[in-house]
Amino acid sequence: MYALVDCNNFYASCERAFNPALRNKPIAILSNNDGCVISRSDEAKALKLPMGAPIFKWDSFCKANNILVFSSNYPLYGDMSSRIMKILEQFTPDIEIYSIDESFLEFKGFENHDFKDYGNQIRTRVLKWTGIPTCVGIAPTKALSKVANKIARKFPEQTKGVYVIDSDEKRIKALKWITLEDVWGIGRGLQKRLKAKGCKTAYDFTQLPDDWVRKSFSITAWKLKKDLEGISKIKLDEVEAKRAIATTRSFEYTYSDIDNIKERISTFATSCAEKLRKQGSSCHVIYVVLSSDKHKKDLQQHRASRVVNLPYPTDSSLIISQEAVQSVSHIFKKGIKYKRAGVIVMGLVPTNNHQLQMFEHENPKHKPLMYTIDKLNEKYANYKVKLGSQDLKRTWKMRQERLSPRYTTNINDIIVVK
Amino acid sequence: MILHKSNALTFFTPNPIKGLGAPFFDTGISAGFPSPAEDFKEQRLSLDKELVKNKEATFFARVSGQSMIGAGLDDNDLLVIDRSLEPSHNKIAVCFLDGEFTVKRLKVNTDGVWLKPENPNYPIIKITAENDFIIWGIVTNVIKKV
Repeated sequence: MYALVDCNNFYASCERAFNPALRNKPIAILSNNDGCVISRSDEAKALKLPMGAPIFKWDSFCKANNILVFSSNYPLYGDMSSRIMKILEQFTPDIEIYSIDESFLEFKGFENHDFKDYGNQIRTRVLKWTGIPTCVGIAPTKALSKVANKIARKFPEQTKGVYVIDSDEKRIKALKWITLEDVWGIGRGLQKRLKAKGCKTAYDFTQLPDDWVRKSFSITAWKLKKDLEGISKIKLDEVEAKRAIATTRSFEYTYSDIDNIKERISTFATSCAEKLRKQGSSCHVIYVVLSSDKHKKDLQQHRASRVVNLPYPTDSSLIISQEAVQSVSHIFKKGIKYKRAGVIVMGLVPTNNHQLQMFEHENPKHKPLMYTIDKLNEKYANYKVKLGSQDLKRTWKMRQERLSPRYTTNINDIIVVK
Repeated sequence: MILHKSNALTFFTPNPIKGLGAPFFDTGISAGFPSPAEDFKEQRLSLDKELVKNKEATFFARVSGQSMIGAGLDDNDLLVIDRSLEPSHNKIAVCFLDGEFTVKRLKVNTDGVWLKPENPNYPIIKITAENDFIIWGIVTNVIKKV
């Protein structure tokens, strides 16, 4: 059996856990730099504040409807997420952390368990220990556990946040209820083609012939179909290394000076390199992108990118930063007000088994140097060790005008009790 | 290991061996007698381990005010709170009451729940259905600067 445990409106729930006065109030959380809405409480959803709403357009709507708006507080959400995942590990050793607020659990050898009861225990423990409400869907396959989770979320009165699909009758009822858009793994392309075939619900999809699905779509679609039939084909993923790592940001202000942009790019490149080292990958390709503010139509628009192919894969901040900064000189145009930039590293290979190159090679000193930099930054936090091309005086400041305290990661921000 | 041999050149592949790094003795061996304490080394004491029994459920809070001085909770003290513990009679709890956090001793009997300050200048609070009330966590330790 599999379970999908999903935190309800996770970011909003984290804010509420440390500020219970926010319970039952409509709240919304903004993306990095206070751009647009990325999480809403049920109350804010009911007021029809759309997901992704740019706040500069919706601010007056929020004020008029008493929707409380917060900057995203990732130190808090990250810490709460890791607490929750650790608690989930107490229920089974087989767990796949699917996102910051979702995990798949697999129960091997739990045949005679009362899963409804076990699901309740999971939900109750997470809620009591962290204050975060979750929904738990339990079923014989991963795809069905997602469906069960949707049911638990949609019908809180009847399910109390836990739903188990443990009979064919329940499975068919669930599949007839859920539309294609809501099925995990059915992307827009597949959705379109299935609709053309007359499929409306997940149940219709499972009634298509196996061979035909396999031939006309893909092995993935076939696996999903089997999973929905109750035959487990999609297995718990071991944490898969990412195929590309990106650091892209909007700037606080626009920049038309190349040195400022070079500094930003160097910082983004360093951050990509650090992420590479964390997952044990090296990259072959660096992609650098600059763009002007596309919302300011009256200004001259410019968007440019450049791809650098490296002669050998690397995870060294020095090389990635140097290459990325050089690309800036090639694509930068004078007179443009740049608002956004990014570095994406691709062509990732595991660092431990590169092919050795005959002539071109990374300076072997980089490896121990990077290790030392990572350790120092871990120890002293806030990136004390930087490259010379990064601005040493300032730490980059995101726009976070409505930030809540870092209740769990900063001793000066902990809750105050009278 | 010889990989390829031609008339002029012989190629070798290196034979990497893992795990043969020399042990590093941080006691400093100065060609004499090794430290007799080395064999008896133990982990340093950790306050974290002592004060935080359940990492996932432990949070901290700062005391503001005098209402619990009788229980040794002074203004500005640091509280260790374990949310996993069950609230019960006589435990000190961090509660959320009508819009703010408060720390008080729980008094529970068949007639109801009271929040009892440990300072005669503060009133006992009876919790009624009118109150917006949750017990947020149980206080396990108080840390104070002296």
